[in-house]
Amino acid sequence: MAKYANPGQPDSVVSFKPRYDHFIGGEYVAPAKGQYFENPTPITGQTFTEVARGTSEDVEKALDAAHAAAPAWGKTSVTERANILNKMADRIEANLEKIAVAESWENGKAVRETLAADIPLAIDHLRYFAGSVRAQEGSISQIDEDTVAYHFHEPLGVVGQIIPWNFPILMAIWKLAPALAAGNAVVLKPAEQTPASIHVLLETVADLLPPGVVNIVNGFGVEAGKPLASSNRIRKIAFTGETTTGRLISQYASENLIPVTLELGGKSPNIFFNDVASANDAFYDKALEGFAMFALNQGEVCTCPSRALIQGGIYEEFLQQAVKRTEQIKQGHPLDTDTMIGAQASNDQFEKILSYIDIGRQEGAKVLTGGDRADLGGELSGGYYINPTVLEGNNAMRVFQEEIFGPVVSVARFEDYDDALRIANDTLYGLGAGVWSRDGSVAYRAGRDIQAGRVWVNNYHAYPAHAAFGGYKQSGIGRENHKMMLDHYQQTKNLLVSYSQNAQGFF
Amino acid sequence: MGQSAAEAAEVPGSGTERVALTQAAADLLVRLTEVHGPLMFHQSGGCCDGSAPMCYPDGDFRIGGQDVHLGDLTVEGLEKPVGFYMSASQYEYWKHTHLTVDVVKGRGSGFSVEAPEGVRFLIRSRLFSDEEYERLRAEP
Repeated sequence: MAKYANPGQPDSVVSFKPRYDHFIGGEYVAPAKGQYFENPTPITGQTFTEVARGTSEDVEKALDAAHAAAPAWGKTSVTERANILNKMADRIEANLEKIAVAESWENGKAVRETLAADIPLAIDHLRYFAGSVRAQEGSISQIDEDTVAYHFHEPLGVVGQIIPWNFPILMAIWKLAPALAAGNAVVLKPAEQTPASIHVLLETVADLLPPGVVNIVNGFGVEAGKPLASSNRIRKIAFTGETTTGRLISQYASENLIPVTLELGGKSPNIFFNDVASANDAFYDKALEGFAMFALNQGEVCTCPSRALIQGGIYEEFLQQAVKRTEQIKQGHPLDTDTMIGAQASNDQFEKILSYIDIGRQEGAKVLTGGDRADLGGELSGGYYINPTVLEGNNAMRVFQEEIFGPVVSVARFEDYDDALRIANDTLYGLGAGVWSRDGSVAYRAGRDIQAGRVWVNNYHAYPAHAAFGGYKQSGIGRENHKMMLDHYQQTKNLLVSYSQNAQGFF
Repeated sequence: MGQSAAEAAEVPGSGTERVALTQAAADLLVRLTEVHGPLMFHQSGGCCDGSAPMCYPDGDFRIGGQDVHLGDLTVEGLEKPVGFYMSASQYEYWKHTHLTVDVVKGRGSGFSVEAPEGVRFLIRSRLFSDEEYERLRAEP
């Protein structure tokens, strides 16, 4: 085991600046109104830096910088842009520990995850889009002997991106990589809960990017996010968050007739068929781990497998062992590399989770383990920790229908295939799902029948680049994490060219 | 911390049979109205900051045919009541619960207007009794 020193201590691998301004036009710029807000770590609840409180004036300034940079950036060769993305990846890789510890301190998640998943995935994502854009081809259609339609990919220009707090760096890179690869200039607003770690990353890569290509305006949704999302100076807006804000952003976008990509969460089912337990082997162990995946990232994942559906034949035994597996999840200081579950990202998130456990109890759900806050003592007493919680109930309960966004799973029983699919699809959302079976045909059919954009079969919570990620139903619009996202950041230019010397014959 | 709906006392007469307010939420609405003018709520679902009541300047979020009006919250000191809405599809799953808008310390949520104040609106819920539920169901 190893425990990283808290940022601010002399032996820490990362030190935050006491204050972060906006990053506009390649330099740090103080907010127009001169205001800052405190940024606490959820690990202890203590403030560790302050961050510019952006307003519409700052957003306009960032848009000015982006518009100044976009024409030249959009005309760079794909080789040049891909090389920059690759160099960004190399720099981040060389600073992996520093950025991973910063991300853990910012968000509260266990450093084990940022070291092994968040930051390595961000690095790979940059390389993936560097490769994708190099390999992208336009098309040629021969209309007739003298007429050719050429299709070129062109950047949109200046785009807006609003980033969530659950994977502050990875979600920023998910959005930045395709936008930059496609040749756009970006104005990005990090979540106000997690505004600082992106600046630690930026310190390592800022010199690689032409000024104005990436601009970061910090601040609150209503003060900085809204002027960005409603601006008539962006050609596209990308958002990850929840449904009401997704609708509001779509309303703003409709006023400007610009496209929107949205990733809006879910209530993902994780289905365990009887045959999972037909042998007590490595696969069975993997399935139990699959159940416990609801606690990954403290449950603060849009695809959290928050509804576990277990078939009647194995229900009691599987559930008993799954609860035991859940109880083995090691909670502790997020900067300790043995810790598996860290702090919830903010106090309001913490309160919301507890309020849902309360409504679950009222609705008659049985608490099989957890169900309360965890006081980890010492400096962690000021942080936001919740014991991984397993609730048993039925799919009509609100804890089965609403995204709690915490380490809480609601478990229900099903009898047969049709029953499983009926329950799995009885939700407003369709982002992720899990299917566990040794029978390939059952797993395949279930995977196809579930109304969700990502179905994990015999695994869960893997996010490799080149596997499309996005929602059905109310879970959003668009597919990230795949080269198809390039299309969402590009226009198609059609040149319809006549090589004939003769008049067309109309007049 | 983590108090239940029963402990989060609603202000008598502040709401309707479906939705009400705590005193802390009422006080915050008065302060926010001074800055933003008349306000409204739309209950969110989904990711991250979801499952939270979003507070907007009245009319900023366009209510449409897919929304349900749960009621108007009356706040002492405010001329206009604060409308509370939710998407109809989400309401299907929420209709058996009574909602109380409370407020906790917190940071940010979408474009909701209270975030810069360092607080968050939060929903406390309690189940309707069978009798209440039957009565509400009979209403149009």
